[in-house]
Parts: sequence; C-alpha cells; structure tokens
Amino acid sequence: MSLLTEISEMLQRGKAAEVKNLVQNAIDEGTDPRVILEEGLLHGMGVIGEKFKNNEVYVPEVLIAARAMNAGSEILKPHLADAGVEASGTVILGTVKGDLHDIGKNLVRMMMEGKGLEVIDLGVDVPPEKFLEAALERNADIIACSALLTTTMTEMKNVIETVAGEGQRDRFRIMVGGAPVTESFCKSVGADLYAPDASSAADAAAALCREKRAG
Amino acid sequence: MRFTELAIDDSTGLIFGTAPRPVTSGRGLTVGGGQVYPELNFTLPTMEVNARTYPEIKEIYRNTVDDVLTRAAALHVEGIVVEFETLLEMTLEPAYGIELTEVLVEACERLSARYGMKAEVRLTPNDTRDYERPPRMRNSPYLENMLRLFDEGAKAGATFLSIESTGGKELHDEALVNCDIQGVVFALGVLGVRDMRFLWDHITKIANDRGVIAGGDTACGFANTAMVLAEKQYIPRVFAAVDRAASIPRSLVAYERGARGPDKDCGYEGVFLKAIAGVPISMEGKTAACAHASPVGNVSMAACDLWSNESVQAVHLLGGPAPVVSLEQLAYDVRLLNESIRTRQSLLLRDMLVGSDIPHDPQALILAPDSVIRIARAVVAAGDHLTATLAAVGTALEIIEEAVHDQRLRMDPREEAWVTMIREQLAQIPHNEDLFVEMMQGRIDSGKVLLEEYGL
Ligand code: B12
Repeated sequence: MSLLTEISEMLQRGKAAEVKNLVQNAIDEGTDPRVILEEGLLHGMGVIGEKFKNNEVYVPEVLIAARAMNAGSEILKPHLADAGVEASGTVILGTVKGDLHDIGKNLVRMMMEGKGLEVIDLGVDVPPEKFLEAALERNADIIACSALLTTTMTEMKNVIETVAGEGQRDRFRIMVGGAPVTESFCKSVGADLYAPDASSAADAAAALCREKRAG
Repeated sequence: MRFTELAIDDSTGLIFGTAPRPVTSGRGLTVGGGQVYPELNFTLPTMEVNARTYPEIKEIYRNTVDDVLTRAAALHVEGIVVEFETLLEMTLEPAYGIELTEVLVEACERLSARYGMKAEVRLTPNDTRDYERPPRMRNSPYLENMLRLFDEGAKAGATFLSIESTGGKELHDEALVNCDIQGVVFALGVLGVRDMRFLWDHITKIANDRGVIAGGDTACGFANTAMVLAEKQYIPRVFAAVDRAASIPRSLVAYERGARGPDKDCGYEGVFLKAIAGVPISMEGKTAACAHASPVGNVSMAACDLWSNESVQAVHLLGGPAPVVSLEQLAYDVRLLNESIRTRQSLLLRDMLVGSDIPHDPQALILAPDSVIRIARAVVAAGDHLTATLAAVGTALEIIEEAVHDQRLRMDPREEAWVTMIREQLAQIPHNEDLFVEMMQGRIDSGKVLLEEYGL
C-alpha cells in the first residue's frame, strides 16, 4: 500500500496519531505537500463524505475522521505555506441573528473543512454586520448563513442587504441553508446558493470557490 | 431521590386518560381523571418578531385561537389546553409574551363561557439562559426576564407553567453528535439534574404564589434532538433510545420539587414520569407530524392524558388555517381514545398502539408499557440521580438487546456494533458523582461549560 493510500485509509478509520505519523513520513520522503493533501487527506475525507451522504456511516464516524484530518493538516500546514499553497477557498459561516441552532451548521463546517476549504465559524446569533466584517477581513469567497426558525430565516435577507448596502454584493457569494430554507426562499431573498444538507453544501461551496478563483 | 416506589407498578395500569394523581384546573378541567383531551400549540408563519410586526402578530394569535376554539366547540370537545410556547423575542422582551398570554387567556375564558367548554392555557417560556455561550445557568442576565414571564404570565391567567429547560445542553449537543454516552450521562444525570433543582424551585414558587399549576419540564433539547438526528440517520437509533432513558431522572426533578403536571408534550420520557410520580402527561406522536418526523407515532399515545400536535405554523391549508386543521385531527384521535374508554376496550386499543410501533425502532420499544415499568423500577431503586441515570440507560440497553435477540425488534446491522460500544463506555462511569466529576473535568472545555454555574 502506498503511503498516500495508507494516509487516506487511516483517516477514514479516524486514527489521528497514525495519520500524523504517516503525513510526517510522507514529508520526510520528499512527497509534494500538495499531493499529500489532495491524494492523502482530502481523498480520505472524500470517501467518508460520500459514505455519509449514502447513509453508510454516522456523524460520529465522520467527526473522528475529521479530527484525524485536522491532526494531519497541522503537520502539513507549514509545508503547504512554504510551497505557496493556499486554501481552496474561504467561507464565513454562522447562524443568523436571534437563532441559536447550531448542530446543522457545525456539520456544514466539518464537511466544508473536509473539502479543504478554510471555514471561519462565527457561531450563533450572528448579526449581519458581523458576517460582512469577517468576510472583508478574511477576503472570503462565500458567506454562508444557517437558520432553523421561520422567524429568523428572514435575517438572511438582512445579511444580503447589509452586504449590498456596503457595495460588496459582487465580491461575495451568499449561501443559505437550514431546515426551513428552500431553493425558492433562496431565490426570493436574492441569495446565490442553497443546499439541503451538509455534504451537498460542502460540494457546492467547493465548486463555487473553484469557479470563482478560475475567474 | 424523592420517589422510591412506583405510582403505577403494573403495566396494565399505564394507560391513556387516567393518572394516579390527576390535576384539576380552576375552570374544572381534570387531566388524568378518566378522559383524554387535546392540547394544541401553534406558532407564527415565516415572519420577523419585532415592534413593527408585533401588532400583526397579536392579530394572528387572537384570530387563530378563536378559530381553533370555535372549531373545537363544533366538534364537541369538552376540554382543551392551548399551549403558548413563546418565540425567543417574547421571552427576551416579556411584555410581548405577557400580552400574548392575555390574548389567549381572554379567548379561552370567553369561548369557554360561550360554548360550555373548559379551555386552559399552558405557558411555556423559552430558556433564554441558552442565549449566551457559555450559558451562566445561575447568574444569567436573562434569568430575570424569563422568570418575569412565568410570573406575569401566571398573573395574566395561564393555568399551567412549563419549560424545556436547557441545563447541561451545552455539553450534551456535542456528546450527541459524537455518540459519547459518558458525556450524555454527565450532561443529563449530573448537570441537568442540578439545574432542574435550581430552576424548578423558582418555578414552583411562582406557581404557588400565583395559585397556578406547575406543569413540568421536558428534555426536548436533549432526547428529541437525538430523535431528530436519528431520524436523519446522523446517529444510531439505539443511541437516541438510550438518550431518552438517560433523561428520565433529570425530568423527574420537576416533580420532586413540587410540579404537578400535566407533563409537557415534547418529551417522551413523560410515560416514565407518569409511572413513577403518577402525574398526568401530555404526549405527541403521529398528529405532530406537522412539526417533526418521529418513530413513535402510535406508541406515544398509549399512556397520554393530553394528546398534542407539538406545534404547527399558522399558515393556510385547503382545510382552513393549519392550527384548526391540526385541532381537528387531534379531536378525532381523542374521540377514539375516549370511546374505547367508554366501551371498556381501552386496553385493547392501547396494546394495538404499542404493538404497531415497537418492532420498528428501539425508541418505540422502550416506550412500551412493559419496558416503561421495568426501566422506571430501576430508576426508583437507585439511591441517587446519577445512579438512576445509569440504571435507566443500562436497563434500556438490556431491553433492546433482548428484543433483538428474540427477533422482536428489527435493527439495522450497522446499529449492532453501537450497542456494544455504548455498553463499554457506560461501564467506565463511576457510580459516584464526585468521582464522575473528577473523571470528566479534564474533558470538559471550560470555554463551553461553566461547572460553577451548576454548583460544582
Ligand atoms: C435541536 C433543536 C433545538 C435545540 C438546538 C440545539 C443546538 N445546539 O442547535 C434547542 C433545544 C436549543 C432548540 C431551541 C429552540 N427551538 Co428548536 N429545534 C431543534 C430540532 C429538534 C432539531 C434541529 C436540528 O439540530 N436538526 C438536525 C440538523 C443536523 O439539521 P439542520 O439544522 O436542518 O441542518 C442540516 C441542513 O438544514 C443543512 N444546513 C444547516 N445549516 C446550513 C447552512 C447552509 C449555508 C447550508 C447550505 C446548509 C445548512 O445541513 C445540515 C446538515 O445536513 C428542530 C426540529 C426540526 N424539525 O428541525 C427544532 C425547531 C427548529 N425548533 C423550534 C423552536 C420553536 C425552538 C425554540 C423557539 C423553542 C423554545 N420555545 O424555546 C428555541 C429557539 C431558540 C433559538 N432562538 O434558536 C421549531 C421551529 C418552529 C419555527 N417557528 O420555526 C422546530 C422546527 C421544532 C418544532 N417543530 O417546533 N431547538
């Protein structure tokens, strides 16, 4: 088994310590950090993400894998920076003002990170200005808002208006989700993207960043 | 533990309509006294709650409750509870919550008088302490307004006071998605129990001072969250089942501190509380599909005293406003139950409700009357709440394992490994609170959970 395949497999089994060691070995062998990331870590998370999507594994299994991925990433990060590799995209994520539901949002974060995106999680009860402020500060690609209440989903519109009000609407893609949110609601408030679950949210965000960065 | 024996110790006694300690309201509605009544809850359609929208909101509440009670009278519903589960803004700004309580109470009084019906309001403020992360359970700046809504809402005429309190939830959320039974037991059996004692001393005092009835407190944010996650296949069903069992001693605390019921709808642990404390309970199941999916749609009805829809949005359907449609469904469910009581066939009906659900899901299995009595017995035999929590989880696992073994329960093969994992993790928990706190201390993120807010 190649080192990269082994990294992927250990990651899928959630073996953080092993992943860490294997990533170090791969670096010591002179493997390109970009390849370790793509064919080792992200490959492993991709497999787990697919299994989760198909209801073959439960969330705790995905979380263990995500922790193993983080352990490997920690080792890899300085080497990626040296090689001039950036995250494939940056997402500002939060639950909108007045809403405290965050289980779904946390899953979205985990799956997005598993796609190699950098996620800045602003937590719950996030006012519109905070989304914008963070997006400007981190030069983000996407602002992603979660809402679980029919009385707070309207806050998404306020986020979009705040961003537009500052003349920044074209700079960021705005993504919305959460149980009561639908494709048509997304359109009606003028958001760019809706996804019904965490895996498709991550897929869509990764695709959007690729597209955006390709120009 | 205040309760050391069961109020109902034979599973045939655990049945809808009758509780050993019925509760009677000022208007004379007796819950658990031989009949089942509907409990209806509704919430707003998609809209913001603020000063600008408030007048419209008031109109929605006023019109909806009128429509619901008028339809109830037309269907010869003799008694009904209207639950007012507030939205966050209505507790943060109690003036909204108080005035909307008045609106509902006024309608209940007026229409009860007009139609000779007994309609009562259950007021359920939000546990706004959760608004701050990490929450300060005892020193929260939100505590005062929350208690004010209880007090002034009681003064405004709410008959029953309830809450879905959140003590321990900040740890439980994470334990749940990680299927960490040690975290679950700590969150419910230690933190939850401690917070319930603190909170329910306040609530029962308010109820006593105002002469209203302290209803009860469900572990909705815990075990119902688990149920929703299991329904989405995010966590194993067996984990959701034992999470429910772990919530029993926590929710029992309200009755140890003087609450009288009816227990609130959104906690299926109510059946255990009925067996232990003898209190009447509200339950929700298939007729709450407007609010959420559930694997216990029929079995949950088996021992209800109030039958609830959990929550429905005040939107319009072909049949009329959704809350009226929902009331209609509840009313027919309740007619059937009461007819079975009248014709002495209630046990037969109960057993059909139970039998139709339990082969399909471990969460349904543990709500079957035999399981309830067995788990409840283990709870009252334990000396303290932590031991009781462990006993409840252990017994629930036993019941599930036996049923799988005898092929009475269909379980996804993916789930089987979890039964063993839960057992192993459970066995490592000390049966002593001090030792358990010590064990968990290193694992608890002090940025997320403030142990001192639980008196630890
Ligand atoms: C768990 C829960 C809670 C927990 C929250 C715990 C937590 N840390 O999040 C607690 C107990 C605190 C809670 C509180 C309340 N809740 Co609540 N809660 C739920 C419940 C049962 C499950 C939500 C959940 O976690 N689902 C599982 C996750 C994984 O799913 P999800 O959030 O939908 O996320 C997925 C997708 O939507 C998507 N997604 C999520 N976010 C995003 C973002 C983006 C950008 C994208 C693309 C995708 C995406 O991906 C996720 C993973 O696949 C729902 C019931 C329901 N039917 O949803 C009620 C529910 C949402 N709550 C409700 C209510 C009323 C409340 C309270 C007001 C109750 C009260 N009276 O106190 C408070 C409000 C507090 C507040 N201000 O937010 C109502 C809402 C009704 C309404 N009018 O909208 C519901 C529908 C229950 C009901 N049927 O009545 N609740």
